[in-house]
Amino acid sequence: MKSLISALALAATLGTAALADTIATGDLGLVIERAKGSVLLVDQSDRASIARIEGLGDLSHASIIYSPDERFAYVFGRDGGLTKVDIVERKIANRVVQGGNSIGGAISDDGKLVAVANYEPGGVRIFDADTLELVADIPTDSKTIGLVDVPGRRFVFTMWDTGETWIADMSNGPEPEITKITDMGKNPYDALVTGNGRTYITGLFGEDGLTALDLWEDDPKPIRVMPNYGRGQEEMPVYKMPHLEGWALTGSEFVLPAVGHHEVLWVDAQTLEETGRTKTYSQPVFAMARPDGRQVWVNFAHPMNDTIQVIDTVTKEVIHQFKPGPAVLHMEFTPRGHEIWVSVRDENKVKIYDTHSFELLREIDADSPSGIFFTARAHRLGL
Amino acid sequence: MRNLLALLLLTGTAHAGEPGLDPTALTRLVHQDCGSCHGLTLKGGLGPDIRPETIEHYDADVLQSVILDGIPDTAMPPWRALISEAEAAWIADYLLKGDTQ
Repeated sequence: MKSLISALALAATLGTAALADTIATGDLGLVIERAKGSVLLVDQSDRASIARIEGLGDLSHASIIYSPDERFAYVFGRDGGLTKVDIVERKIANRVVQGGNSIGGAISDDGKLVAVANYEPGGVRIFDADTLELVADIPTDSKTIGLVDVPGRRFVFTMWDTGETWIADMSNGPEPEITKITDMGKNPYDALVTGNGRTYITGLFGEDGLTALDLWEDDPKPIRVMPNYGRGQEEMPVYKMPHLEGWALTGSEFVLPAVGHHEVLWVDAQTLEETGRTKTYSQPVFAMARPDGRQVWVNFAHPMNDTIQVIDTVTKEVIHQFKPGPAVLHMEFTPRGHEIWVSVRDENKVKIYDTHSFELLREIDADSPSGIFFTARAHRLGL
Repeated sequence: MRNLLALLLLTGTAHAGEPGLDPTALTRLVHQDCGSCHGLTLKGGLGPDIRPETIEHYDADVLQSVILDGIPDTAMPPWRALISEAEAAWIADYLLKGDTQ
């Protein structure tokens, strides 16, 4: 906010009114434009795009986190680029190429540190959120996935190749204190953390079931979840790894996309026992709970990725199915869940729907849109 | 892709470049859908780097069979259910030729 204040002071001095418009960011968001290396600044309330910010490199699979004041977005690109975007000034504030191939990132609970998980070189790098200077480098000798923040200035992440989960505690200065948890399972492909920072769950590609950790324990041990849940007698080809980011906690249950099977799984959040399965249209990629937990919206892998199903969490039944268009890649609810934004990559559109009537409210032009990230994520642990 | 397949069946054996293949759709498939694991620029992600300089020592027919039948015990799925042999041959050729950048 400092520079804004000085800008305003300057504007007052110069007598220009243009800069004196207060810019509120609470209902803004960014859409990744995957092909061109740009992001689209959007306004939820106006259901409109406001600006395009370019020059962010290779954004396939890119993800975004926000600073606590909702002014800065940190964009993690596939080319290892970490870009800090100022959404008030609508420009790139800083950019570093920190690794060869990054997959995602997290911001510490105090907003001071930004961590990036890398495929190449495997590991996690932690940067000063303000300057993007390197604070700590944590090599893991493995492609690293499932990076999240947890309370106490800590980050948790998991290794695809070695099946370990590490907790990096940054509360005592720049030197991370690492806790290593081995035997999480074969080829964990993604992970989620519950909103209270207590339960961390990894999905496994290389073996049956999932693995959970209770992070409130002093010495967390892997807890096998649904150990008999596999990819089936006859392994189904998986054309796209499901994502657990955007996982759904609905009341007392998690909903998770299955790997390879055409279903979502329901797991009791307390006991981690399976409580049901809902057959879906195809292989789910995201299963996202509406913020109130009443609905789960599911999209699907290629070649069935033109469809969304909506599941009622009380009955666990599909209550609505529709085709937004070719290549539905991502969905983002407004913070209170009344509307949902859907990226339809191959139609070059973002489509906005009412989550109660399912009515299409607006279409916004976007260039090969993928991830949609609203600034409200700034205030949610693990996002 | 179904009608493509039907077309190919009608035309008998098809080779890369013959009518019936849709290079635009296949190029999109490579970058967008293969790209979800191998990266949009194919330099690797959870899946390995498949840029020309990395895979040049493979024969096109080996790549074609990897595309069609996958690699057991890895995350590489068999694409046979979704694409034809001719399309897999076209993709293998495209990857080796290096028009991907």
